[in-house]
Amino acid sequence: MGIEGIGARALRKEDKRFITGRGRYVDDIRLHGMTYAAFVRSPYAHAKVSAIDTAPALAMPGVVAVLTGKELVDDKIGNLICGWMIHSRDGSPMKMGAWPAMAPETVRFVGQAVAVVIAETRNQARDAAEAVVVTYEELPAVVDMREAVASGAPQLHPEAPGNVIFDWTLGDEAATEVAFNAAANIVSLDITNNRLAPNAIEPRAAIAEYDPAEEHFTLYTTSQNPHVARLVLSAFYNIAQEHKLRVIAPDVGGGFGSKIFIYPEEMVALWAAKKTGRPVKWTADRTESFLTDAHGRDHLTRAEMAFDKDNRITGLRVKTHANLGAYMSLFSSSVPTYLYATLLSGQYDIPNIFAEVISVYTNTAPVDAYRGAGRPEASYVVERLMETAARQLKVDPTELRRKNFITQFPHQTPVIMAYDIGDFNASLDAAMKAIDYAGFAARKAKAKSEGRLRGIGVSCYIEACGIAPSKAVGSLGAGVGLWESAEVRVNPVGTIEVLTGSHSHGQGHETAFAQVVAGRLGISIDQVQIVHGDTDKVQFGMGTYGSRSAAVGLSAIVKAMEKVEAKAKKIVAHQLEASENDIVIEEGQFKVAGTDKAIALPMVALAAYTAHNLPDGMEPGLKESAFYDPTNFTFPAGAYICEVEVDADTGKTSFVNFVAADDFGRLINPMIVEGQVHGGLAQGIGQALLEHAVYDENGQLLTASFMDYAMPRAEDLPSFNIQHTMTECPGNPLGVKGCGEAGAIGASAAVINAITDAIGNNDLAMPASPDRVWHAIHG
Amino acid sequence: MSTIRLTVNGKPVSVEVEDRTLLVHLLRDHLGLTGTHVGCDTSQCGACTVHIDGRAVKSCTVLVGQANGTSITTIEGIANGDELHPMQAAFRDNHGLQCGFCTPGMIMASIDIVRRHGAGLTEDILRQELEGNICRCTGYHNIVKSVLDAAGRMTAAQAAE
Repeated sequence: MGIEGIGARALRKEDKRFITGRGRYVDDIRLHGMTYAAFVRSPYAHAKVSAIDTAPALAMPGVVAVLTGKELVDDKIGNLICGWMIHSRDGSPMKMGAWPAMAPETVRFVGQAVAVVIAETRNQARDAAEAVVVTYEELPAVVDMREAVASGAPQLHPEAPGNVIFDWTLGDEAATEVAFNAAANIVSLDITNNRLAPNAIEPRAAIAEYDPAEEHFTLYTTSQNPHVARLVLSAFYNIAQEHKLRVIAPDVGGGFGSKIFIYPEEMVALWAAKKTGRPVKWTADRTESFLTDAHGRDHLTRAEMAFDKDNRITGLRVKTHANLGAYMSLFSSSVPTYLYATLLSGQYDIPNIFAEVISVYTNTAPVDAYRGAGRPEASYVVERLMETAARQLKVDPTELRRKNFITQFPHQTPVIMAYDIGDFNASLDAAMKAIDYAGFAARKAKAKSEGRLRGIGVSCYIEACGIAPSKAVGSLGAGVGLWESAEVRVNPVGTIEVLTGSHSHGQGHETAFAQVVAGRLGISIDQVQIVHGDTDKVQFGMGTYGSRSAAVGLSAIVKAMEKVEAKAKKIVAHQLEASENDIVIEEGQFKVAGTDKAIALPMVALAAYTAHNLPDGMEPGLKESAFYDPTNFTFPAGAYICEVEVDADTGKTSFVNFVAADDFGRLINPMIVEGQVHGGLAQGIGQALLEHAVYDENGQLLTASFMDYAMPRAEDLPSFNIQHTMTECPGNPLGVKGCGEAGAIGASAAVINAITDAIGNNDLAMPASPDRVWHAIHG
Repeated sequence: MSTIRLTVNGKPVSVEVEDRTLLVHLLRDHLGLTGTHVGCDTSQCGACTVHIDGRAVKSCTVLVGQANGTSITTIEGIANGDELHPMQAAFRDNHGLQCGFCTPGMIMASIDIVRRHGAGLTEDILRQELEGNICRCTGYHNIVKSVLDAAGRMTAAQAAE
């Protein structure tokens, strides 16, 4: 095989195991003596747990134990935490209600666990879970955010009067007010960002094992960040000390944010493994996933944009209610605040921005990061406003955007972010060319003459990725640093193992990371093995989310590689009696530039480990590690344009074309990048047209299966037209920005802008189902 | 308990299981064939798709008794030694998978789609036929590309025979 370095469309190294059925996911693992857990979950959205009778369940065949929330609390297992502190505008800290892993007294959403059955088989556990008799005293529930903050609403947590978690602001309120008072035109919009279920196709799962002799736990879990899981489980939940807990996240079947968080089930599995002295496995079924995986989005927003007489934006004012569900999930508070309001400047030069975010408890599943996490909500607000403004001001939406684009970099927005680089005109040009924007009017007229409604919608998104500079996020309330670590081990025979704190659950790290390493040395990617997902192997890591693996995780690998290469050059220089500055690396050879003298990588490695002839004072071995802390966020940006036709008789939307033109900086593997965009677009389009997690007024989740929750199917989506533009990111050694979330961030607004253009009615909420579109047309 | 006899990936199998055992659990728990996945338990997602007597079936909705005496093929049984099935190769070559969890079901369903439609398989038909298999990673773009590529390889191979 030839050299497949940066930029090569290398086929994925990991694929062989997946296409032959040899992947190893958590549920595929069986341990000797393993038992199975089944949870007893509340059927009520809000209730007191007045009694639990475990006797009938204990008498069932195969039952090993039935454990309740009270026992868990008695054993001093810690409450779940939210790791990002937000302060309200009055300076008070956010109001965090207590969240035990199983409820001892009060349940606050349907599906919350109150007890667990441990049995010899899966079926025995599930049978016995149904035999646990729980007596509930039902309490009034509140599901709607506006009702939750109204007077007289049912109260969820004593810590949070009025169900308000925080009332937070960002930006200059007075200056924004002045801008609005002086505005020539004001455009306003009420926006609902619909609640979504993440739905990785692999349900969450955990296997916990306890070794009483060593007092040591092992947890296999479906995690995007096993080290963070270990840290939180040990530091906050009193499960085990960090050195007595090994967390392994093997092959993980998609995450999309939902597998960042440490959930009650993992905690209970660990605790139960110690209590029963047996390994415990739990695997969610799909309805459990719908009920208990952290949901995404769920904002209600009033947004206003002020323009001067030349159609330049002079101000943006946003008031958002964010539903965080019944409890504060691990990073829930950061999503509608620092991951949302900081992106409200979009791609535009907006001198004054003010955002107020009121986050609210309701009797629904906790809400946290889901692909994009705050940034899709921001992008949707800004891009729906821009399109609405263009219609109101009677100018072309692309021209209005161009007039207001930021064109000078770096650019400091009024909402914290300092954009380092970008070329927003270039991506808009690329998208307009690819979709033949100039020819749209003729296409629309032709469709109209044939009785069809055609529309086009633009969305120019920006996101903050490469999460994140530790000092900066620390100053904003984060409880963790967001660097990444890496270790490069050159084996004595010259093959290479790279240990990374990033975690791959579909992103193709085993290939893309190997390309960077192999490319630097001029060797085959088959000589490089990427190791991740095991706290016993990898020193530490913050995991994969926020499109951070390339910008942060790979940068750490590059840093470690630089150290390895520097040491190798010293060895070669010593052995060839040359200056280390003259050593160059080409095609797996360390060469003295301008001569035919060279030592191949395996011989350099062997020399490092035999240590027979090293420079004086040099340690043997060829292995280096590095931590990389980014200096700034990265700012992927792009332009999406969607062309649709709407059937006026049925309200059904069909895609004519969807173009995505993204600037991700340098691309490591364009094939993988395009795949990431496809998947993101599908989730953005799914939000726009199909997906909605719906609770009834009693807090029952009506969309708790794939029968009821409309996941995008192949038939619902078009083939995508993917374009790339490039400004190299100055903030990291690879010039990369990140590509994992863009599609989900930019797509929804493009779709809704296209449909509202087609039907001539701007009042349309997501998901734009045929029913809603029909009513928007016909009233 | 019942004794179930069937053929799995060409080998005769006899297992004593509870009557309520589902085929997918027989494969995963009793035979160790963990390539067949459970994604939804309700026959929507298709991650558990296998072939029963050559037809694609969702194994999470088949009681083992219904499969008694049949011949089952799973994702582990379609390659010829080290030589991948054309559908497997096409998924790899076209980046038709990301996390890999839906992939075995996708491949098994797609083989059956190509068998039924042959050279008449178009993108539109394929997208309709994939209705019963959900992928959350790929947006289906590269899955569609993979299956159409494999359809070409498979029909070419049939023509050559």
